[in-house]
Order: sequence, then structure tokens, then C-alpha cells
Amino acid sequence: MTTDLRFRGSRPARKALILLIELAFIAYALLIFYPLANMVLSSFKSTRDILRAPFSLPSSIDFANYAAVWIGKGFARYFLNSLWITAASMVLVLLLGSMAAYGVSRYRFRLSTLVYMIFLSGIMLPLKAAIIPLFIIMKKAGLMDNPFSVILIFAAMGLPSTVFILSGFMKSVPMDLDNAARIDGCSDWGIYWRIIMPVVAPAVSLVTIYNAVPIWNDFFFPLVFLQSDRWKTLPVGLTSFFGQYSTNWSLLFTGLSIAVLPVLFLYIFMSKYFIRGMTAGAVK
Amino acid sequence: MAKVELMKIGKVYEGNVRAVDDANITINDKEFVVFVGPSGCGKSTTLRMIAGLEDITEGDLFIDGKKVNDVPPKDRDIAMVFQNYALYPHMTVYENMAFGLKIRKLPKAEIEQRVREAARILDIEKLLERRPKQLSGGQRQRVAVGRAIVRNPKVFLFDEPLSNLDAKLRVQMRAELIELHDRLDATMIYVTHDQVEAMTMGTKIVVMRDGKVQQIGSPLYLYNHPINKFVAGFIGSPPMNFLNVKVIEEGGTVMIDEGSFKLKVANEHVALMKAYVGKEVSFGIRPEDLPYAEGGSVTNVINAKVTVVEPLGAEIHLWASTPTQPLVARVPPHHLFKIGDAVAFNPVMTKAIFFDRDTELSILPVKWDEQAN
Repeated sequence: MTTDLRFRGSRPARKALILLIELAFIAYALLIFYPLANMVLSSFKSTRDILRAPFSLPSSIDFANYAAVWIGKGFARYFLNSLWITAASMVLVLLLGSMAAYGVSRYRFRLSTLVYMIFLSGIMLPLKAAIIPLFIIMKKAGLMDNPFSVILIFAAMGLPSTVFILSGFMKSVPMDLDNAARIDGCSDWGIYWRIIMPVVAPAVSLVTIYNAVPIWNDFFFPLVFLQSDRWKTLPVGLTSFFGQYSTNWSLLFTGLSIAVLPVLFLYIFMSKYFIRGMTAGAVK
Repeated sequence: MAKVELMKIGKVYEGNVRAVDDANITINDKEFVVFVGPSGCGKSTTLRMIAGLEDITEGDLFIDGKKVNDVPPKDRDIAMVFQNYALYPHMTVYENMAFGLKIRKLPKAEIEQRVREAARILDIEKLLERRPKQLSGGQRQRVAVGRAIVRNPKVFLFDEPLSNLDAKLRVQMRAELIELHDRLDATMIYVTHDQVEAMTMGTKIVVMRDGKVQQIGSPLYLYNHPINKFVAGFIGSPPMNFLNVKVIEEGGTVMIDEGSFKLKVANEHVALMKAYVGKEVSFGIRPEDLPYAEGGSVTNVINAKVTVVEPLGAEIHLWASTPTQPLVARVPPHHLFKIGDAVAFNPVMTKAIFFDRDTELSILPVKWDEQAN
């Protein structure tokens, strides 16, 4: 659509349309933002207050809930576990995924299409459906209650889409750039690391967000593979607030507020690149 | 410095597609050699084989007397300028130019000095902190050339570097590259499909077609002594005229007969043409060798009718046609022709070139490689 939606200087009917569209956007933003705001606000209230007046503002800004969750409930450990497990998974996903994408997009060999297709087939298979075989494999490999089990699974989960997205971007980088670098004295690794990766940086940030958020939020695999408390991740840790007969809402909201922070920062810092990656090729 | 020798170089792609066939080219030190030919003639492939970006499937390549068939590009001591410039988009102009030197681990001070020097030569000192995206086409081209200069290579390779520029800028950059060659005293190999670029820039031209080298020589040698119809037609604009004629002998005089006109063959060509008496040949004559006959001489002229008049100011391109065959003449702008006018051309027969109808080779003695013995 190339319709020009400038407000100033438009006819009344057009102005009304633009206003309507703007209102729809604002309504949508509120729809997204309100639950988040309510979550943060509730983290400063007691469970009693939450149940009595769910939509009211907290009477005071009191960080007692945070202290209780962070120290008392061991969230510091869950947070760190989530952080390093996500980070380690992402390093594997980005490094292996980008290298595979580079290979698929740059080298023509007899089986290159097949390799690409095998990666793509991973997109179509829900990994959770394979939980029983995965369980058996991890058990045989002696990786039960070992964070490497989920790191390996997360890496495998992220690779197909990463290879798919990055190889698409890399294919759009002209081959002459490789040739120029080759003549300048770069090895294949040098071309990948010093030329191709920086050029596709927006796409890398795209796949970072695309993969890191589901890994950070994943509940299922840590629940299955990490039994002991010292390896628990945030989503699993949050379940401790759900009792059989009662739920500790104030601490749950506090835990959730802590859990969204890294993702929020990831979006804020990478959104510029992220959007550039999403819209690449859309605007010339 | 550097001499580049191609000996029986060939390139065969998978599926037996032959891109280059039996190329024998010697490029002497400090020469500016232009590979020219229509697209798909193998000129770029040949250049890329010299660069090391394509494997050489047949023959040997020597740079400076050393066989480099299996030497990787970075060790061939060459620099290349690409058609689309191939600047690294995430680096500034300075970083682009310094990249090759940094990879080679030169000291920082020397890198700085070399980049500044190249930037001064190319007049891009003010652009050093910018990124390629912020540059115009001409500026990008300069940076690409600068990236080659700083390396101080034995051989410069240019792959159609001016084809993405507009006409005016192209003429300007052409002059600058000629000046640069003069200044750097380096061996340069330049690929283009534009015969004007080839004629104006090259000290030596290699004309290629369908993967085969047609002829090698200085611009004027190729212009005046084309080895075959293809070279004759490719070099020069407007192109050489080719008229199908029959060689005849009338009363001891060797002539060519087109049907609508007869022309006496120049004395120096008579001996060679005698062998063709009774046969058809292709009569080649450049547009500038077709002055029109004023005052209507009736013998030894080509009678034609004007079909198109292209006044260029300094000259007129006069497209005309005999009853059966078209031709073009380059005439002074003294007379205003109109479409449909009858015109008589008085060809300079000493400049005529005759081609065998079957082989398309010149009947006149011509060297395949001007410098070869």
C-alpha cells in the first residue's frame, strides 16, 4: 500500500479515517500494555489487596515482595539459571546456525539443497512431540538433571528457523563482496566473520529475539529434564507459587515482573535492528 | 614489475559448457590491456581466472614468470575493481581501503599513510569517514579504485567498472583511469563490452567472442587491420559496412560487382583478389571512407538512397541503401540531405577490406597478434 496517510492538509473524510486508524492502534496498544502494567502494579501489592481491589493502584511502593521472591524464594538462582542456559543456547544457535546458513548460501555442492531441506524440515516438526525419544536419549547420555540436556534441545529447536532466515539474508549479499574480501586476503572464515556476519547483523538480531524469547519462556523442557531445585529456571520456579489450595498472587506477579525484564531489555536494545531485519527488502 | 601470460587457458564448466577456449595472451609490464567483446564472450571469466576467483580448467597462467594456477587470489599480488564496486557496507571508506592491509597485518602507521595517499590521488580525502551508502556512484567507484591502489599490487584487474555510471561520469572516470595508469605505471587488465572504452583506454586490446580470442593488438591496428568480420564490425562506431559483392575481371581489371554498382579494386589489393575472381566476397568499408561524390561522377561510385539522416553537429551519419543492401556513411555537415535523396558515394578503395564469405576472415594479410612473431 502506497496510500499517503498524512494528516495535515487532508480532506475531512480522510482525516476521520486517519483518526480512526490511530484510535485502533491506541486501543491495541492499551490492550497489550494494560495486563503488563497491571502485573507490575500488582507486584507491589499484597495478595489480600489484589483480591480485594484487583484494578487499584498499590498503596505504597514497597519492594518487600521483590526481596521475598529474590532471596526468600531463591529466584536469584532461577534467574541466573535461566540467563546462562538461554545465553548458552543462543550462542550455539547463532554460531552453528549462521555457519550452516553461510555454507548453504555460499557453497554449491551436490548435496547442498538436501542439507538445506533437512534443516528446513525441522521447522515442521514440533519438538515437544518427540519428548519420549528425547527423554530416552538424554537418559542414555547421562544428561538427566543436567542443564546441557535443555541447552542441546534448545539449540536444536532454534537451528532450523535460524538457518532458514539467515541463509535467505546471506543469499541476498552479492558474491562480489566475498570475492573482494578473498582478493583482499580473507580466508573463508574471515569472509564469514568479518564481512558476511556484520552485513547480516539486522537478521542476526532478528533471529536472536525470535529464538531467545521462547527459550527464556520455555517451561516444558526444563520441567521434564531438570528435576533438582538448583537447576530450575524461572518459568519452572514460578510454579512454586501455585499451591493446591491457594495461589500466592503477589509473589507470582513479582516473579513475573522479574522474568520479563531481560526480554524487555533485549527488545529495547535490538528493536532498531530487529525492525530493519523484519522489513529488509520491503523498502528500497 | 609484472608480466601476465595466459597459455592455452580454457574454462569448462560442469555439463561441458565451454566459457573460454585456448586463450593465448601475453600482457607485458605496465600495459593497459582491455578485454572486449559482447556479453557472454568469456572476457569476465578470463579476468576472474587471472584473479583466482575461478579455477583454471585448461592451460597455464603465469604472473611474473611464476605459474599461479593453484595459487589463491590473496597470494597472486593482484587487486580487483568490481562492476558493482563491492564495497563493504558496514565499514567506512577508510576501513574499506585499509581492510586488505589490515588483513596482511601491516603496521598501523603505514596503513594510515597509504590510505591517505590513495585518497589524495583520488580526491576522496573528505569522504574517508563516510559509509558506502552515503556516497554517489562516482564516489563509490573511486573508493573501489582506492581500495585497489593502497594494496600496491603487481596487477590491477577491472571488471566493467564504469558500466553502472551515467554517460557523463563514465567519460570523466575513463580519463581519470587513463591518468591513473600513467601515474602508477602498473599493469592493468580491464574488461568491458564497450568498444569506445576499449579504444580510448587500452594500449592493447583483446577482442573475444564465444570464448575465443579473435585478435590482439593496439586500438588502431585492430581498427585498420581487423582479422575477421566480427572484429571489423565490433570495433568502430557506427560499425563498418559489409556489402555482399562478386569479384569479377573485366578487360584485365579486377572489380567488385554488387549488382547495382561496380568498383575498381585498389592496386595493392589486386594480386590478392585475383584468387577470388568469380567468387562472392564481403566488401567492408568504414563509414568515414565513404565520401559522397559531388557533381555526380558516374564511374566507381555506389548509388544509394538516403533512409535516415543523423546530424551530430560536427558530422552527419547518413544511413542509405543500395537497391538491396544498407550502408552508413560519416560525412561532413556541409550538405543537408533529406530522406529519399539519391546519393553517390565514392569509396576510398585503398581502405577497403575484403572478407572471405565462408570463413569470414580478412583476405588481406593481417596478424592475429600484432606483437607476436
